[in-house]
Amino acid sequence: MRTPFPFTAIVGQDEMKLALLLVAVDARIGGVMVFGDRGTGKSTAARALAGLLPPIPVAQGCAYGCVPGASACPAPDRHTGRATTMPVPFIDLPLGATEDRVVGALDLEAALGRGEKAFEPGLLARAHRGFLYIDEINLLEDHLVDLLLDVAQSGENLVEREGLSVRHAARFVMVGSGNPEEGELRPQLLDRFGLSVEVCTPATIAERVEILKRCDAYDRDPTAFAAQWKRAEGKLRRAIAQGRDAVGAIEVPDMVLARAAKLCSSVGADGLRGELTLMRAARALAAYERAASVTASHLDRVAPMALRHRLRRNPLDETGSTARIERALGDLAA
Amino acid sequence: MSAGAGDAARAAMLLGRDGGRTMALGGMVLRDPELLDIALTAWRSAAGSDAPLVRVPRNVDLDRLAGGLDLAATLAAGRPVRHPGLIVSATGGLLVLAGADRLEPAIVGALAAAIDRGDCMVLAMVDDDAVVPAALAERLAFDLRAGTGDADVANVVAVDGAGDVDATGVCVIATALGVHSARAMRATLRTAVLLAATLGREAALRCAAQLVLAHRATQLPEAASPPPEREDAPDPQGGQADGAGALADRVLEAVAATLPADLDLAGHGAAHPSNGARGRGERRRSPRSGRAIGAQPGVPRGGLRLALVDTLRAAAPWQRLRGRSDARLRIARADLRVRRFENRAEATTIFAVDASGSSAVARLAEAKGAVELLLARAYVRRAEVALIAFRGECAELLLPPTRSLTRARRALAELPGGGGTPMAAGIGAAHAQAEAAAAHGRTPFVVVLSDGRANVALDGSRATAAADAEAAARAFGQTGIAAAFVDISARPRIDGERLAGWMRARYVALPRGDAQALHAAVRTG
Repeated sequence: MRTPFPFTAIVGQDEMKLALLLVAVDARIGGVMVFGDRGTGKSTAARALAGLLPPIPVAQGCAYGCVPGASACPAPDRHTGRATTMPVPFIDLPLGATEDRVVGALDLEAALGRGEKAFEPGLLARAHRGFLYIDEINLLEDHLVDLLLDVAQSGENLVEREGLSVRHAARFVMVGSGNPEEGELRPQLLDRFGLSVEVCTPATIAERVEILKRCDAYDRDPTAFAAQWKRAEGKLRRAIAQGRDAVGAIEVPDMVLARAAKLCSSVGADGLRGELTLMRAARALAAYERAASVTASHLDRVAPMALRHRLRRNPLDETGSTARIERALGDLAA
Repeated sequence: MSAGAGDAARAAMLLGRDGGRTMALGGMVLRDPELLDIALTAWRSAAGSDAPLVRVPRNVDLDRLAGGLDLAATLAAGRPVRHPGLIVSATGGLLVLAGADRLEPAIVGALAAAIDRGDCMVLAMVDDDAVVPAALAERLAFDLRAGTGDADVANVVAVDGAGDVDATGVCVIATALGVHSARAMRATLRTAVLLAATLGREAALRCAAQLVLAHRATQLPEAASPPPEREDAPDPQGGQADGAGALADRVLEAVAATLPADLDLAGHGAAHPSNGARGRGERRRSPRSGRAIGAQPGVPRGGLRLALVDTLRAAAPWQRLRGRSDARLRIARADLRVRRFENRAEATTIFAVDASGSSAVARLAEAKGAVELLLARAYVRRAEVALIAFRGECAELLLPPTRSLTRARRALAELPGGGGTPMAAGIGAAHAQAEAAAAHGRTPFVVVLSDGRANVALDGSRATAAADAEAAARAFGQTGIAAAFVDISARPRIDGERLAGWMRARYVALPRGDAQALHAAVRTG
């Protein structure tokens, strides 16, 4: 496998990059849905982010990616008692993955070899504390998408099948990508993603040339290219780590909360999920930028990506979701 | 050596040269099985004798491709034996795939991920006019039809890293041809770099553009105004702008000359990838196949297929009780599981909208509103919709069955109005679409929106308009396909009701074309 393309070397697509950084700072924001044409860097960015994040401490021998010392592991006897580190998991969910593969199933080896009834963890366990990436999520079977969102939201995978009864932690950030031209995601599912961003093809020739030059440099020598971006990557990695540490302590003033509520009601975003996501995303942004508390400007900057997919609207009239949010923001300012 | 053979050999050689290095080219689509040997020989000579070449049959399953349980070895050993999968065996080499247009989405997904990771390249063989799944077509640099291109540069040797190619030129050419994907541009650049040392810059760029960009083109370049002038981007080349621009123009001209004057076909392929990509309907043809939805107890016979892993799972907990002492598994009849398939009878709603002059512009707008509402409903239920408009002398399929709202909305917005009412053609087109949907295992539902006043016959004349409409409606009625006839005339007359009767369709008179009322009427239909 090649060295992944450095996250910081991705040209443009600022909104997508920001959304991914925010969920890296605070995974509670929820998943990220990326809409856009092919060849706009969706997969590249998601893969690059996982490569950027610092290795995480993990209990040695654990098949569930437990934090060392965690008590809730379904198979604590496999722990060696020592702690080690592993890269942040990045799991590619193939489109036709069966439920077995995703949630886990009876461990055939244990059952056949030793006559034991044991559970073999699936992709959800492997994605714990990392990223679950689903390219073309709009083509994924609906029941699987439902299942994934349930688990992503509860942070726990509950298995009751084949006489097995297992529960294990599965906290991951789901990153979905899709092209609306090829079938859409149901609004109910869309709403359950924390952030949604739209990527488009770069407008200027200059930007395209820059992209191409970087791709070419990377193609010719991935290792040397990565080395060239090492400093920028390190800086960003530290900023994320710093944001993660800080995010718990960041205050959200009442004034900002009121603004969030006003904004949600003026654009007609259904339910409380919009406000919650808006607040969490704004807080993550403030933490990432080393601010002491969340300001209206933080809120305004994340508003489009937090609300765009939640607007009550005629599903046929998708043009202008962003425009509507911006107009509402303008009204608030006036 | 035919014309196509030169291109195939050159493309395969480029893959071989790029393989194990950047993998930026991803692979190629080969549309002529005759060329496979030539391509593989060329690939081998460029890739060296160590590079793995793995052939994959069209019925490969995901486990075999991406790794999983090796069933034969598992049974022999009495314990699970895993195999790494064909993608791993092909690391740094080439996967040769047959029937790539009929792959399950899961397989396509696994291949796309493998290409993205740079694990291996893919040579996908398909029939001449088949649609390659979009996720794969996007990642494979070349698409070679039989007998295209020039053969005279077949013997060019690709050399790595030697070429100096102008990235701006690649961007300008791609943009002028309406290709916006960064992957395509990257593959073009990479191809040009590999060819530059032996062909020279201009010929290398021309050859790369022909191989990578020509089949992706969605527009013809405008010869009169070169793209760099239309884009108001600063030219990073500064003083060299003239030279680079002129080169790009010459290349563009050469590529454009090989494009079909009517780009409709290429555009069509690019705009409707979902139909081919999902192979929808194809999978539902046989009752013994469909989406695998698990297993159930049963004996594998009469076409039922054994679900081996599930059978093993069922047998596993009992091994000790059954007194198993050696490697041999004790499997009882009750353990046997067979695969279960689901043939979802998904709905396809076909709208036939009368866009004639007699339906008047205002009424057409109301009908559009109603259709939009129904589309939104269909969208929530994940049904497919198709849109037919009839006006003037014929009926036209504006939108083949799709689940994409974006495209449905666009087709509707572009719906033209005016002219006569070729009712017979409209009903006939809806009929044909409905039968096609049914043949693909879907449940069709036809909604005709019209004032029912037929005045254009099938042959375009006016004399037999009413008789033709009646015949078409009666023929439709014979099929038993569920339908609704929505009368959108201001003062409904007997015409619409009679047509609905012949079609055996629910008749809804909507003098106001009220979208909500229509919605309610069709929902109960």
